[in-house]
Amino acid sequence: MAAITLKDIVKRYGDGYLAVKGVSLDIADGEFVILVGPSGCGKSTLLRMIVGLEDITSGELKIGDQVVNDKAPRERHLAMVFQNYALYPHLTVYENIAFPLRLTKGQFTDDEIREKVEFAAKTLELQDHLDRKPANLSGGQRQRVAMGRAIVRDANAFLFDEPLSNLDAKLRGQMRTEIARMQRRLGTTTVYVTHDQTEAMTLGDRVAVLRKGELQQVASPRGLYEQPVNLFVAGFIGSPPMNFLPGEVSGDTLSLPFADVPLSDDLRSRIGSRDIVIVGLRPEHFADTSLLEDGKKDAGVTFDAEVDVTEWLGSDLYAYVPFETSSEVAGTLEELDRDLDGEGMRTQLVVALDSESRIRDGDTATLWFDPAKLMVFDPESGENLTFDADRAREIDERNEADRKASLERAQEREKRTQRSA
Amino acid sequence: MRTLTTRAKVAWAVITVVVLVWALLPVVSIIATSFKLPSQLNLGTFWPKTWTTTNYEQIFAGSAKDLFLPALRNSIGISLIATFVAVVLATLAAYAIARLDFRGKKLILTTALGVSIFPVISIVTPLFNLWRNIGLYDTWLGLIIPYLSLTLPISIWTLAAFFRQIPWELEQAAQVDGATSWQAFRKAIVPLAAPGVFTTALIAFFIAWNDFVYGISLTSTSAARPVPAALAFFTGASQFEEPTGAISAAAVVVTIPVVILVLLFQRQIVSGLTQGAVKG
Repeated sequence: MAAITLKDIVKRYGDGYLAVKGVSLDIADGEFVILVGPSGCGKSTLLRMIVGLEDITSGELKIGDQVVNDKAPRERHLAMVFQNYALYPHLTVYENIAFPLRLTKGQFTDDEIREKVEFAAKTLELQDHLDRKPANLSGGQRQRVAMGRAIVRDANAFLFDEPLSNLDAKLRGQMRTEIARMQRRLGTTTVYVTHDQTEAMTLGDRVAVLRKGELQQVASPRGLYEQPVNLFVAGFIGSPPMNFLPGEVSGDTLSLPFADVPLSDDLRSRIGSRDIVIVGLRPEHFADTSLLEDGKKDAGVTFDAEVDVTEWLGSDLYAYVPFETSSEVAGTLEELDRDLDGEGMRTQLVVALDSESRIRDGDTATLWFDPAKLMVFDPESGENLTFDADRAREIDERNEADRKASLERAQEREKRTQRSA
Repeated sequence: MRTLTTRAKVAWAVITVVVLVWALLPVVSIIATSFKLPSQLNLGTFWPKTWTTTNYEQIFAGSAKDLFLPALRNSIGISLIATFVAVVLATLAAYAIARLDFRGKKLILTTALGVSIFPVISIVTPLFNLWRNIGLYDTWLGLIIPYLSLTLPISIWTLAAFFRQIPWELEQAAQVDGATSWQAFRKAIVPLAAPGVFTTALIAFFIAWNDFVYGISLTSTSAARPVPAALAFFTGASQFEEPTGAISAAAVVVTIPVVILVLLFQRQIVSGLTQGAVKG
């Protein structure tokens, strides 16, 4: 187990393409860090540089307190789970898991190997499949064999490269919790690459958001959700994604396509001399006015909207409200959409309402939102003008404390079960 | 699949029989001839009137012994060595071609293709002169080298195609698991490439084994002459007897290793071993 330190890591490919543009990141011992971003943001390249399958053009990579820039993968003592699992098809499950141990010639006796493999198999519930070949396993089983190969030796860290993207949705959810449980129990430093923001939010102690080879923000999932530094992070984190609306500033009011919002003094000073800003509102911060308690209603802004389509999901009701965006911010928003792998579809407001709501397709609904929740972004740079650094630090500190506590609890539990067994 | 009508079934049966007869009749004919008495060769019957092993005795113990046995030894030795060298070189070359990006990669592949389509007959005369000058004429090495020029290109092409199918991640996974490049190659790639290597070796062996032009042009004595060339030097017991029976017997004998090899490696040739390496 070890900490991993990245300092100004750059990757330039032979053809001159700059895939990673100077990323610095400190990964603490035992921490679970997610690298997330849309396709082509350099997250996989970064992971492959950590494991040693890709050369580092410049910068410094430390594992523990050793610089490993020029070390071969095998000298870094990391374990990696590949997207397509990369199981050895000619070996049985047992031999696949034992493979890393067999390579350390003479270090382990056959009995020790057997013991370790059986422990890994038990952890991952693979005992019944040890004699089978990978070709005869299901996707989830193959996934677990790949993880078994990683946990069987005491690696410095686990690296995952989109390990769940080949599984179907249900299995993905199960494996996700399985990975989280395993990491907590073993307490091994873990770096996990994904493009799926749900995986990023649920698994990570901290999440590093990448865009075009540049690190945008590193924070706890909650920090990213509540205090994103810019438009990109705000748009990437959250599902359904945050709504972006053009906002015209005139005096002390902010005019959105649907409603006028009074500006607080703080917000007014943050906006400064800008005439037009991009306003971000999360779908879940809207509500159906008819379901609100009276006291709450007056604290927010209500407006009427033509609902185009609704989707009832049992727990929520999504309503879609199309609107015309203003030409001044259209360019920025289109670019953002492209960066987020979007399709450049119509501009619409997505609101997530209580599933009790009676709003249906084609209705004119009265919706409500709390202006305190709204975020304001600079239309040029995309910078979050409502970013509160103190609050962000506070969230991350609390998150770090929570992480340590839960790690301790998991280890405690592990010791207890071992003692009783 | 829809079931075949009776008519279609009959049609297919007829076609199958025709193809089988077309392919196997010459083989059966040669086997039949090899069992005929030299005096009964011209009777015009398909099957021998009296079955005899005279011809086999002749090539293994009789008058043709000194011609056939050394030739058989030469054929086996030269073909095996040529195959072995070709497969080893081609495996390394194909691995590099499939995995690495280096200058001149295309050139190597095109040259290999060019060499393999070059007509043998146009090379053989200059080679004959050259070999005589440098002392390779009528030696094993003198045949192994031209055989390599036939077997290497096709081996490189087949193996490169085979290596490309093996996911690169396997090797990388092995390296992360603690293997050196050589260990990764030996433990993760070679076992998967084995069917491809077997197939290639088989093809290379047949090319060397079946060659006639080089065999007859670059040899003069039984020091290096392979079987296909030696057959041309068979003579009858007297000048009034044709050596057809002995030639047939020798032909049957040289066919046997080929048949055995195919039967032996049949299962390796049928690959499918890579399934399950990646998402299936």
